[in-house]
Amino acid sequence: MSVAESTRAVVLDPAGYQFPENQRRLIRWTLYIGYFALAAGVAHGFAQGLSYANIDVLRYFPGLRDYYQGLTAHGVANALFFTFTFSNAFLPLLTARALGRPMITGFLHATLWTLVAANITVIWAVTTGRATVLFTAYAPLQAHWAYYLGLVLLVVSTYIASAHLYVMLARWRKEHPGERIPLLAFISVISYVMWDLASVGIAVSFIGFLLPWSLGILERTDPLLNRTLFWFTGHAIVYAWLLPAYISWYALVPRQTNGKLVSDPLTRVVFIMFLLLSIPTGFHHQYTDPGISTNLKMFHAVLTFGVFYPSLATAFSVVAAMEIGGRRNGGGGLLGWIRKLRWDDPSFTAQVLAMITFVLGGITGLINASYLVNQIVHNTAWIPGHFHMTVGSAVALTLMGVAYWIIPYLTDRKLWGRKFAVAQSWIYTIGVLIMARGLISGGLEGMPRRTFRVAANYGRDSWELAGALTGIGGTLMTVGAVMFFIVIVMTIVAGKKGEGPKDIPFAETLIPASRDGWDAKLDRLRLWTIAAVVLVLIAYAPFFITYLPARLISPGYNFF
Amino acid sequence: MRVHQYEKAFLWLGAIMLVAFMIALLVTSVAMGIHLPGRAGEVDPLSINSIEPFNNPGVREVGPGRYEVVLLGSAWSWNPSEIRVPAGSEVTFLAASTDVIHGLHIDRTRVNMMLIPGQISRNTYRFERPGEHLLICHEYCGAGHHLMSGKVIVE
Repeated sequence: MSVAESTRAVVLDPAGYQFPENQRRLIRWTLYIGYFALAAGVAHGFAQGLSYANIDVLRYFPGLRDYYQGLTAHGVANALFFTFTFSNAFLPLLTARALGRPMITGFLHATLWTLVAANITVIWAVTTGRATVLFTAYAPLQAHWAYYLGLVLLVVSTYIASAHLYVMLARWRKEHPGERIPLLAFISVISYVMWDLASVGIAVSFIGFLLPWSLGILERTDPLLNRTLFWFTGHAIVYAWLLPAYISWYALVPRQTNGKLVSDPLTRVVFIMFLLLSIPTGFHHQYTDPGISTNLKMFHAVLTFGVFYPSLATAFSVVAAMEIGGRRNGGGGLLGWIRKLRWDDPSFTAQVLAMITFVLGGITGLINASYLVNQIVHNTAWIPGHFHMTVGSAVALTLMGVAYWIIPYLTDRKLWGRKFAVAQSWIYTIGVLIMARGLISGGLEGMPRRTFRVAANYGRDSWELAGALTGIGGTLMTVGAVMFFIVIVMTIVAGKKGEGPKDIPFAETLIPASRDGWDAKLDRLRLWTIAAVVLVLIAYAPFFITYLPARLISPGYNFF
Repeated sequence: MRVHQYEKAFLWLGAIMLVAFMIALLVTSVAMGIHLPGRAGEVDPLSINSIEPFNNPGVREVGPGRYEVVLLGSAWSWNPSEIRVPAGSEVTFLAASTDVIHGLHIDRTRVNMMLIPGQISRNTYRFERPGEHLLICHEYCGAGHHLMSGKVIVE
């Protein structure tokens, strides 16, 4: 293998690399925790969709019959546990593969067992009705301390996984001085650098305020400060969910359809932009909040438009990469290449449908960020309409698509029910589009989110169709999700042994990494991290300087 | 860095589009005078019932065609729960929470504010046409959240 060839791949050693079985098993079980969480979350999502259609199925549920208790479970399980368990498994695996070295087993154990502890603690608090405060946990609604502790443990598990990435990268750099970091490792590591920085907000809020307050050490707390700290993390957290999906779109999906990643340096630039701009945008979730200056809100609006930019660049890159594949597969004409993509591969199909849905998710997101326009849609059903097309499909469907190769890869079993799995992602996508159509139109007519509609004492005629579409779409999504679980379980128990893929599907690049010029400076992670910290300070210091000290004014309320 | 010409064109187009959107937002906010809620003062949630003007919730005429509505949100009701104003009047809402976080939304208007204990939420809106609006709490505030509603009647 020549040097030129090696720099074209997104990994160091394209020839092949095998992880030891014990490490595959630990990665597998980390992923299973996430699928378990997804199953629990989906069950309640089904009831919520039907509630918008004025149908109450909760009364037939074996547990979690309270709407808001189930809504808490839905948010925590789907948005927090499903996403972060995936990242905790996926990013170390990709980084190690990219660097051509084994993972560190101790870190894998520590990540997994911390996740298990987090799960047990949160499940206990939520199922016993001690934490019906939703996943946003806005004070002064007060949950049992176990809820806050469990979520802190979840964050700790991401820190352990991050440390794992940093140690692997540091060791590799020591052994390969002056070399460019393989692209797949670079984008994996930078994703968790962003998250580590972003998570400072909820870490301070949960450890500094909510946990001592729920334990009775602090008698009162500051609602606005905690809310602001939550949203310091709360927007960047969606990028922490999304970036692993982007990694798959950039570095893996092209290979799955015979294409090539267009540009190594531009991909690095996109991920650096996410590190810089994901965090200093949090006030766009607080446009309608009192106590925050409108100038600062406008500043965050500008930066939010900025963080839309790398996603725009991604839209071009990933489509161009697929076009290369479609044309190599024999597709001609302006659009003929689309038919020649690997639509028979469930892993590919799920991820392309995720990308298509994300176009609508991105556009609605830009509308939310549009300052005054936010007053029309804030906290209406429009918002869950939007984010089910981002985290609920761009992320969820991509994670399902990845499962269709990673579970066979980790178990060395053939994927069960290939055609069934292809149908799964179509059904889920059609479901999410119908549901989002319902929620979005209802939201524009004032239908609120986070509300047990079946039992509400108010309503509008115009919400009827919107609610019905939400119920129909939600039901289809549930069917799609159940089909996903069937494929995964059947693969694990009945997939043909010894017929799994032998390596991860990494792509090659059209424009490779260069060793010299400013291109090589892109790898200076420390420099980019410092720049990100400075930007965060500029964006948030004006608030904290004029607001602090904390106003400890609110006792805890247990209204559930 | 080598960038394909189509990609370059796409990136420029995207940048121009985002800047144009931003300018449109600035124009509506600055030139047309439409505002988000901002800093409007603080009030202790536990003694709010004895603090001006929240000790006297309701609708007041403060000038010709201009009204002030002092509104309290508590789990799970609005005080007052029915607001009547004449069509064409400019209404300033001064709202606050007595307990947990609530959300104040008057449907089919841009009156949409969070109520955060300790903070005063303020915004102004002109009700042009007669009709009935829902006054909705749109932030989860406990087991009876879906029962927290009222009416705004424009006469």
